[in-house]
Amino acid sequence: MDDSLYFGEQHLAVRNMVRDFAREEIAPTAAKYDESGEFPWENVRKMVDLGLLGIPWPEELGGSGLDLLAYVSVIHEMAKVDASHAITISAHTTLGTSPIFNFGTQAQRERFVPLLASGKVLAGFGLTEPSAGSDAGGTRTTAVKKDGRYVLNGSKVFITHGGVGEVFVVTAVTTPGVGTKGISSFILTKETADRAKADAAGFGHDDSLPNTPGFTSGKKEDKLGWRASDTRSLNFEDAEVPEENLLGEEGQGFLNFMQTLDAGRIGMAALALGIAEGAYEEALRYASERRQFGQAISNFQGVSFPLADMATEIEAGKHLVYHAAWLAEHKKPFTKQAAIAKLFCSELAMRTTIKAVQIHGGYGYTKDYPVERMMRDAKICEIGEGTSEVQRMVIARQILREMRD
Amino acid sequence: MKIAVCVKRVPDMDARFRISADGTSLDEAGLKFDINEPDAWAVEAGLQLKEKAGQGEVVVLSLGPPAVQETIRKALSMGADRGIHLAADRIPFDGFSIARALAAELKDGAYDLILFGKMSPDSSNGIVGAIVAELLDCACVTAVSGLEMADGKGTAKRELEGAQEFVEFTLPAVLTVDEGLNTARYPSLKGIMAAKKKPLESRPAQLGEPMVTIESLAMPPDRPPGKIVGEGAAAVPELVRLLQNEAKVL
Ligand SMILES: Cc1cc2nc3c(=O)[nH]c(=O)nc-3n(C[C@H](O)[C@H](O)[C@H](O)COP(=O)(O)OP(=O)(O)OC[C@H]3O[C@@H](n4cnc5c(N)ncnc54)[C@H](O)[C@@H]3O)c2cc1C
Ligand SMILES: Cc1cc2nc3c(=O)[nH]c(=O)nc-3n(C[C@H](O)[C@H](O)[C@H](O)COP(=O)(O)OP(=O)(O)OC[C@H]3O[C@@H](n4cnc5c(N)ncnc54)[C@H](O)[C@@H]3O)c2cc1C
Repeated sequence: MDDSLYFGEQHLAVRNMVRDFAREEIAPTAAKYDESGEFPWENVRKMVDLGLLGIPWPEELGGSGLDLLAYVSVIHEMAKVDASHAITISAHTTLGTSPIFNFGTQAQRERFVPLLASGKVLAGFGLTEPSAGSDAGGTRTTAVKKDGRYVLNGSKVFITHGGVGEVFVVTAVTTPGVGTKGISSFILTKETADRAKADAAGFGHDDSLPNTPGFTSGKKEDKLGWRASDTRSLNFEDAEVPEENLLGEEGQGFLNFMQTLDAGRIGMAALALGIAEGAYEEALRYASERRQFGQAISNFQGVSFPLADMATEIEAGKHLVYHAAWLAEHKKPFTKQAAIAKLFCSELAMRTTIKAVQIHGGYGYTKDYPVERMMRDAKICEIGEGTSEVQRMVIARQILREMRD
Repeated sequence: MKIAVCVKRVPDMDARFRISADGTSLDEAGLKFDINEPDAWAVEAGLQLKEKAGQGEVVVLSLGPPAVQETIRKALSMGADRGIHLAADRIPFDGFSIARALAAELKDGAYDLILFGKMSPDSSNGIVGAIVAELLDCACVTAVSGLEMADGKGTAKRELEGAQEFVEFTLPAVLTVDEGLNTARYPSLKGIMAAKKKPLESRPAQLGEPMVTIESLAMPPDRPPGKIVGEGAAAVPELVRLLQNEAKVL
């Protein structure tokens, strides 16, 4: 893909900076955080300083004032080196901040977006529940209005930044019995579960955010991949939220999060594409250096053909991802293209990382090389923000509707 | 304090180089370019001095074809205030020509400090800073790895073989920056956005006639293949003989 198709001079400046930053600052520490499963507070601090946690938001609201293409290219570049760091940007920006930016009142935007866009505190998005995963409309968490407040009861699972974050957009049923039309969204705040580390890193906590009584995060999930990303349950036991923290109108919650997920898929597609490309680059280098049977293994078709396939599919993935981002940036319909990009790139990430480990032989199976981590990190791309099956449902719905119209 | 930083656009040295058809320059097709790393340290040094003083101006200069404006923009996105592009068809090899053009631009600029990187890996001359100092008749300290400014004077640290040297210098001064002085910052996204709006003037470089030109470029000769002389202790006498008589290293 020629850069000039979607990128101007500033996009390239951003991409070059992030490429250098990821290679020099993130890559050397990625294995350590993968091993320990700790949230990389120090690295994220550097990302905050560079403005990477508020890329697409206007400067007046504390953001970096760039567009969606710049944002997507940052996720792509970061994920080439480490998916956990890339998902931190993506979950914070598209899942955590964008609903408040897109659906919030002027007061809510002014209250929360500057804190999030500047990276002062981390945000998350609580949709998935123990019994409402792919069927996110099956939300069971309830919110009952009482004396100018909403009282929430229920729980969420697998919430990225559940522990480290302080601001959450969560969904709950306000009108039972009317299906998805009864779901609303709320902004909830609590103190980060890593207060000492946040203080040491100099961000991640803000005294102005109240600790909502009855709102807590559970224990951290021990995961196959994305190990440096913080995934936890959120629990609401008579958690009281002031009325003004209702996000959008009552009953709009489902529609709003569908939109949020639509856009989120482009970020997830870029992340998966990054994992694939990172693994491909490792495999390409390894294959030209590793010698067996008296020559570089890249001389064997058994090795060079998979590399050719990877390159072909990655090129296709780039066109899907950046085109979807371009559509969204230009306010054109993008639901189908975003789901296609997400489906293709997440399956691509899995295929490519498996091949990359294969090309590394026994060495690829060890932690001395990054490809095994990339293979583990790839799998969740086929699950999070809508499984591959859900993407196929979205795409099928779109194409069948197009046919009927 | 008014600080000038002279930066050069250089190819990524990890690239595989090819010589272009004229036989005296590199084929730039497919090469990636960036700011010369020691020059980025010089920009960082300028920015830190300005930030510490709480006032001042950092002006970035680069000489070469239009593409060097990208290098200037990078320095602006790190935080420099404005840029001056001295336009030339290409970056000449002759360090004196470059220095003459830079000095002509810097002469009336009332700069307190003029910073350079110690050397650029593409031409490995390391002379431009020193010649500019000579042409402007000001103090020159090369290969600076530590720097303090106070009371209109400066102290610089230099790394010598097995020792460190501290020198004091008067202003205005030309410094060339070595490794160890600092780590260059990454341009923040805000910096990249701001750089777009910062002034960048372009005017022709007053290069004059070069005194040194490249006659020809050649790739290093292929290394002769290795030789296996045998195995174990039995091979040692032959190995010693070859090291003495052929390689002549013993
Ligand atoms: C690391 C991680 C981070 C996450 N971060 C967040 C977050 O920040 N916020 C959030 O809200 N959620 C988050 N999630 C949750 C994630 O979005 C869900 O796990 C995902 O949507 C799948 O839901 P589930 O796990 O309940 O699987 P289920 O919905 O139970 O699905 C199980 C399997 O059945 C398939 N399936 C289900 N229904 C159908 C159907 N109708 N047709 C065909 N196949 C079907 C699925 O595709 C899947 O293969 C995260 C999950 C993980 C693992
Ligand atoms: C967990 C583990 C346990 C092990 N246990 C043992 C053990 O107990 N004993 C033991 O002796 N070894 C053991 N091994 C080593 C294992 O057998 C080797 O890793 C395996 O044979 C591959 O060799 P390699 O890693 O050097 O990869 P390479 O031979 O370098 O292969 C790298 C890639 O190139 C491909 N390739 C190489 N040559 C060609 C060709 N001509 N044409 C097409 N493709 C080619 C390979 O298929 C592979 O995809 C173990 C390895 C692991 C990871």
